Amino acid sequence: MTTITRSNGTRSQLRPVWDEEPSLIGKIGKALSLALIVVVILFPIYIVVLTSISSPKAINEAGGLVIVPDGFSFAAYNEVLGGGVVVRALIVSICVTTVGTALSLALTAMAAYGLSRPGSLFHRPLLFLVLITFLFGPGIIPSYLLVNSLGLIDSYWSLILPSAISAFNLVVLRAFFMAIPGEVIESARIEGASDFTIFRKLVLPLSKAALAVIGLFYAVAYWNAFFNALLYLNDSAKWPLQMVLRTYILDGAPMQTASGTVDPSGLGLAAVPVTSVKMAVLVLAMIPVAAVYPFVQRHFIKGVIIGAVKG
Amino acid sequence: MRSETRPVSAPDASSGAGTGPAPPAAKKSKKQTEPKVPFRARLRRDWQLLVMTLPAIGLLALFHYVPTFGNIIAFQDYSTVDGILHSPFVGFGNFAYLLSEPAFWRAARNTVAITSFQLVFYFPIPIAMAILLNSVLGKRTRAIIQNVAYLPHFFSWVLVITIFQDMLGGAGLLGQFFTQHGVDGVDLTTNPDTFIALVTAQTIWKDAGWGTIIFLAALSTINPNLYEASAVDGASRWRRLWHITLPGLRPVIILLLILRLGDALNVGFEQFLLQRGAVGANAAEVIDTYVYWLGLRTGDYSIGAAASLLKGVIGLVLILVANRVAHKLGEQGIYQRT
Repeated sequence: MTTITRSNGTRSQLRPVWDEEPSLIGKIGKALSLALIVVVILFPIYIVVLTSISSPKAINEAGGLVIVPDGFSFAAYNEVLGGGVVVRALIVSICVTTVGTALSLALTAMAAYGLSRPGSLFHRPLLFLVLITFLFGPGIIPSYLLVNSLGLIDSYWSLILPSAISAFNLVVLRAFFMAIPGEVIESARIEGASDFTIFRKLVLPLSKAALAVIGLFYAVAYWNAFFNALLYLNDSAKWPLQMVLRTYILDGAPMQTASGTVDPSGLGLAAVPVTSVKMAVLVLAMIPVAAVYPFVQRHFIKGVIIGAVKG
Repeated sequence: MRSETRPVSAPDASSGAGTGPAPPAAKKSKKQTEPKVPFRARLRRDWQLLVMTLPAIGLLALFHYVPTFGNIIAFQDYSTVDGILHSPFVGFGNFAYLLSEPAFWRAARNTVAITSFQLVFYFPIPIAMAILLNSVLGKRTRAIIQNVAYLPHFFSWVLVITIFQDMLGGAGLLGQFFTQHGVDGVDLTTNPDTFIALVTAQTIWKDAGWGTIIFLAALSTINPNLYEASAVDGASRWRRLWHITLPGLRPVIILLLILRLGDALNVGFEQFLLQRGAVGANAAEVIDTYVYWLGLRTGDYSIGAAASLLKGVIGLVLILVANRVAHKLGEQGIYQRT
C-alpha cells in the first residue's frame, strides 16, 4: 500500500528512451486539453474576482460582469464589510469554523491514536463501530428530530456537534499513526511514558503534515456547511456565510449592507453596483479556502489515497 | 492490511504499576494477533487509549447511531406531540403510501436518470484527465495543473452554483453576451430541459479534478517495465494505453463503480436543493430533496423517513450485490482487504 502513496509527481524524468516522440498533432491536442482544463476552472474565478474590484463605470459598460479590466474600485468591499448581514455572517462562520475545527481535530486525533495501537483493548469493536458508519447515513429527518430533542435548534452547537467526527478523517489519520514505526513508540513506553504523553510529545509532532490535511478537510467542511444551518437555525441573525450566500446572492433576496439595502432584482445603491457587491460576497466565501490551500495541497495525495484504500 | 502492518506491540511492559498478576508470558506469544493478557491487565494497560477514543465514538454514536434507530418512525404515524415512544405503529403503511405517490416516483425517476447520465458523462472524465495529466513530463507544469484542478473541490455547492449562475444564467455572462447581440431570454440555469446537463457540468467542474487523484495513484503503481517491453515489441502509444494502462486501472475503476452503485440514489443533495426553486420540481426533485420537502417542510416526518430509509436500504443492497458480482468476475471489490 505504501508504494501507492509515492505518487507525488515522481514521473518527472525526461521521456524514457523507449518512448517515441508524440506526433505534432498529439502534442497540440494534449496542450490544448490541458489549457482547456485550466481555463475552464480559472476563468469563472477570474471574472468573479475582477468584477468585485471593478469600478461602477467598468461594470456599467460591460453590462454586468467584467471580462477586461477597466478601472478599479473597492467600494463593494467597503459596502459589504462596513456592516450588515455579511459582517455578522462572516463572524459566525469564522467562529464556527475555528471552534469546530479545533474540536474535531482534537477528538479525531485522540481517537485515531487510541485505535491505532495493535492489540489494544476493544480496538476492533470500536473500529468496527466507526467503519460501519460508512455504509449508511442516518437520514435527515431522524437527525433533525434528535437535534431538536437535544434542544440544539438555533444553537451554534448544532452547526458543530452533529458533524464533528468524520469517520473518513478518523480512518485516514489512524492510518498515518499506524505508519509511525512501532519501535519509536515502544521505546517511549519502556521508558515509562504513558499513552497520553506519547500521543502529545511523540505522535502529534511526528504527524504535523497529516494533521494539517485533516485540519483543512474539517475547516473546509465547516466553512462550506450550508445544510446544517438551513435545518437547525431558524433565526436568520445567526446564519453563517453560506446561508447568506444562498439567500441573498443565489436566490436574490434584498440584502442589508453598510449603507442601506441591496436589492439584486431591482435597482441597487447608486454608488455601488449590485453585481460587484454580489461578487465581493462570493470572493469573501472563496478567500479562506484559497488562502489555506497552497500550504496543504502537497499532502493531499497521501491523505486521500490512504483514506480510499482503507475505507 | 489492518492487522499485519506492525507486530503486536510488546504489550504491558509499559504500565509502571505492574502490581497485578499481569503475566509476562504475553511477550512470548508475539505471533498471536490477540495477546493472552487477562482483561483487567489489558484494561489497566490500555485505559488511556480508551479514554482518548471514547469522546469521538460517543459523538458518532449520538449523532449517527441514535438517529439511525430513530428511523423507526418510518413504521409509525409519528407526531411531535406523542414523540417516538408513544406514536402508533402502522407497519409498512408509510411505504405503501409512498409507492402509490406519483411525486415519489417522479423523484425516483429523476434520481435514476441523473445517476445514469452522470455514469456515462461524468465517471470517465477523471480517468481520462488522470491519463492526460500522467503523460505530462514536466514536473512543475504537472503540479500546477493538478493544483488548479483540485481547487474547486474545496468550494461549497452554494458557491459553485452561484458561479454557474453568473456564467450561464440569464443575468450572467452568457445571458449578457446574448442580450448584447439581440437575443433575449437565454438562461441555461433555469431551463428544466437542460438541467441534467447543467448539474453534470457542475459536478465535473467541482469534482473531476479531485477525482483524478485516485487514478493518478493507480497509474503510478503500473510497472514502467511493461511499457518499455511493449514499446520494444513495437506497440504504439494507443496500444500501450489499451493493453497496459487501462488494465492497470481496472481494479480501481471497478472499486469506484461499485461504490458509485451503492451511492446511486445519492446524487448530491445540496446541489439539487439549491436549484429546485429555480428549475422546478419536475426536473430537480430527487429522492433526497423529496424527503426534505415532505418531512421538514410539510411535517410528514414518517413518510419522509420511510422514503429515506427505503433509499438507504436499496443503496446497501446495491453495493452488496455489486460487490458480489465483482468477486464473481474475479475482481477484488471492496471489504476484501489484503
